[in-house]
Amino acid sequence: MLAGSLAAALAWLAIGLAGLIPAGNAALARRVLFPLGAAAGLVLAGIGAQAAWLPPSTMVLPLGLPDLPFHLRLDPLAGFFLLLLGSVSAGISVYANGYFGAETPGRLGLICLQYHVFLAAMALVILADDAYLFMVAWETMALASYFLVTTDHRVPEVRSAGFLYLLMAHIGAIAILLCFGVLHGGQGDYSFAALREADLTPFWANVAFLLAFIGFGAKAGMIPLHAWLPEAHPAAPSPVSALMSGVMIKTAIYGMVRVLYDLIGAVRWEWGLVVLLVGAGTTLFGVLFALMQHDLKRLLAYHSVENIGIILLGLGMSMVFFGFGHPAAGALGLIAALYHTLNHAVFKGLLFLGAGSILHSTGLKDLNHMGGLARTMPATAFHFLVGALAISALPPLNGFVSEWLTFQTALQAPLLENGVLRSLLPLFAATLALAGALTAMCFVKVYGVAFLGQPRVKTGPIHDAGLSERLGLAWLAAGCFVLGLFPAAMLHTLNQVGVSITGHGLSADALESSWLWLVPTHPAQASYSPIVFLLVVLAVVLLTIRLVRVFYHGRVRRADPWDCGFPEQTSRMQDTADAFGQPIAVVFGPLYLMKRHLPGPEDGTPKYSIKVEDRHWGWIYLPVAQLAELVSAKVGLLQRGRISTYLLYSFLTLIALLVFVR
Amino acid sequence: MSQFPGIALQLLQSLLVVLAAPLVLGWVNICRAWLQSRSAPSVLLPYYTLAKLFHKDAVIANTTSPMFRVTPYVLFGCMALAAGIVPVLATDLPFAPAADIIALVGLFATARVFAALAAMDTGTSFGGLGARREMLVGFLAEPAILMTLFTAAFISGSTQLTTIAETLAHREFAIYPSLAFAAVAFLIVLLAENARIPVDNPTTHLELTMLHEAQILEYSARHLALIEWASAIKLVAYMTIGFALFVPWGIAEGDDWGAIPAALAVLAVKLAVAGAGLAFIETLLAKMRIFLVAEFLSTAFLLAVLGMLTHFLVRG
Repeated sequence: MLAGSLAAALAWLAIGLAGLIPAGNAALARRVLFPLGAAAGLVLAGIGAQAAWLPPSTMVLPLGLPDLPFHLRLDPLAGFFLLLLGSVSAGISVYANGYFGAETPGRLGLICLQYHVFLAAMALVILADDAYLFMVAWETMALASYFLVTTDHRVPEVRSAGFLYLLMAHIGAIAILLCFGVLHGGQGDYSFAALREADLTPFWANVAFLLAFIGFGAKAGMIPLHAWLPEAHPAAPSPVSALMSGVMIKTAIYGMVRVLYDLIGAVRWEWGLVVLLVGAGTTLFGVLFALMQHDLKRLLAYHSVENIGIILLGLGMSMVFFGFGHPAAGALGLIAALYHTLNHAVFKGLLFLGAGSILHSTGLKDLNHMGGLARTMPATAFHFLVGALAISALPPLNGFVSEWLTFQTALQAPLLENGVLRSLLPLFAATLALAGALTAMCFVKVYGVAFLGQPRVKTGPIHDAGLSERLGLAWLAAGCFVLGLFPAAMLHTLNQVGVSITGHGLSADALESSWLWLVPTHPAQASYSPIVFLLVVLAVVLLTIRLVRVFYHGRVRRADPWDCGFPEQTSRMQDTADAFGQPIAVVFGPLYLMKRHLPGPEDGTPKYSIKVEDRHWGWIYLPVAQLAELVSAKVGLLQRGRISTYLLYSFLTLIALLVFVR
Repeated sequence: MSQFPGIALQLLQSLLVVLAAPLVLGWVNICRAWLQSRSAPSVLLPYYTLAKLFHKDAVIANTTSPMFRVTPYVLFGCMALAAGIVPVLATDLPFAPAADIIALVGLFATARVFAALAAMDTGTSFGGLGARREMLVGFLAEPAILMTLFTAAFISGSTQLTTIAETLAHREFAIYPSLAFAAVAFLIVLLAENARIPVDNPTTHLELTMLHEAQILEYSARHLALIEWASAIKLVAYMTIGFALFVPWGIAEGDDWGAIPAALAVLAVKLAVAGAGLAFIETLLAKMRIFLVAEFLSTAFLLAVLGMLTHFLVRG
């Protein structure tokens, strides 16, 4: 199994290299390499799905530095994330096959290389069983994605987004590195087996938690370390955005679970509280800023921030329950978080690919310029609708299942002995409820403005997504349905993951239920059956259509819409994305830093515009940047560019060393 | 669980809600007419309206996509399922385990999203305006109703609405402070979600002040009939959720067919009182400005959260 997954990862590397060598032959990359990459992804997904049910297997590769070989391990947790990586990337690779079709051969070869190295690095991050290989793979992943983000490096904004991403990725990497150092505790080697064994005092365990949380949180995009995400994800080509938002930020969740639950071991409820607070802030921040965006990909990136918050809410609740010694509820929280991780990968991948198809065919990124695309791009519209309904957590699609599980975790609150936490936990559920409803509003805005209504600007002829683009979209859309309609199978798989890393799983009552029912604790407490749900709605809808036919003669007239007595209706009178977000700007006004431009009453060509900025820039990022500049200016005083000064420094250092070291 | 009597009871209850929903609406209308010293229309007027609409030619705006024509059926299907989940007459419902309170809220959210999308599909300024306002009401009302339901779920230790109704029906008769808060929050949400005064005015003819009506401005004939019917079912579903949470007594438990006639009588009384109460509220209050609605509904949300905290404080 492990050898198979390693072979799939190496196959990705080989595919990447193959894209580079025959630089003149772009047809090869187009027709063969991306589909091959998708096939490798499917193999990996298959292996991952099975590994969740098998005992861990390990392997040592005689690579790397002398005396520091690479350790690999495939356990249920790694298997689950390989399933996520493989299945989602398979759809994205098929899509990329069509999307990158028109690239020049040189660029295509380069993209193919970076893309597949990126995939292979993510697979190795998941398979790594020592800190050394983990960091090597982690950094390879960051670099490969940096080059992918800056594919359009001639655009200044893309370059600065790439730089910000690289900077934040490294701040995170430093924290992770320090975390491994703390876990290591000065003895043994850096294999995860040794780190698991190490005994930490409570203080050092807390330090390790904070470092891991900050390090992986920076990669995941939690506040206040999120600033790179809404810049970098939209800057990349759409399949890469899908891969970054769908899969890459999930490796950070993997790292968090691996380090906190597996390497550190005994999680504490205090950590859970920290995770919950940050998660709640991230959730609300993400969705509120998403509502104010009019650039489609940027909006989706803010929703990634939100969904990371939802995952953190599940993780935090799980930690609180584990910390207080309620492993069944803790396992439920972990399962909810991991389920949402997979669900978000599927629907966010789908949505970014849908945004890519719009960009590809119309050249439009700004929602305020779109409109009526459902008529010109029906296939894209359908798939995007599935993704939009899934992310809005509407039953019976997949987003609902994981939010339902998170709610069920929060409803276990009466188990807790601590009165404060018992009443706090439902408040986090309230946050989730608010965020879910706001997400629905946001996606009504996105879908309504982009796909429905009338075109807002004139564009050239619009074609629907091509065949491979459609295949990629359909694969992920099918994922939304399967994960939404058959959640019990995934629940059992995730239960195995939970058992393997924490030693505890769901209650026996929950596991006894049939595949039709999703039962988190006990059938009398809560159950949900998406299949019955869907079948009843479908049956009623079909029956209604039939009955209405019997009743009704069936004549339909087409006419202009109601103009309220004002005959000169134009498509500019529809709600734009900004207009749709206006109630949010009023209700949550103080949260935003808004620059509004309102047209005057005499303006012949009135234009309304609003620019919303993130207050974190003023609070954290700019002060830190100014501090860094100040410090470097002071340090710069030492560097006068004269060789004699530098010789003097060396001399003084030598003297100092001789004094102290002797 | 899925024996024949259970299924028959389930179908009977769903059919009853679907068929009787316009009657409740008619009752609310005549109560309001009485309170406002108008001569009341027939209680069957909503049925006549539906019949009339079903026999007309449908006019569809030529700017719309298939979304517009599908939506009325989706709305009707969602509301019919809701009618099957909520314990109206009895608590032994085979469909009920398929969806708990969270799924029920999700079901209402699905209906709302489709209605808003259909409104934006017309590509007119009114459609967008209606959709935007409806989603504003929705995002405030949804957390509030969920918190209200969670309070009841914490009291009864279950998120199944049937179990909640059974547990609450068997408790000793005492006033739960948490449920008192929850009841006020629920009432506010009921008014907002069903587009009643003071949040919306179901009888308005002025486009600029419309919320729900602006969304369905382009609908006619059978599509409009289905939407109106679905709204009526939604009102009854909300009322019966309220009964299940706050006045659960009188509902038939288990598959006890003998208790059904009594349950039916009790239900009729409850609906009559609730309908008259709704008419009373609508007569007393005036419609609010749209941004006051935001405050009104945040009050509901805070009350619901307060109710939940009260539960833990009183119990803990």
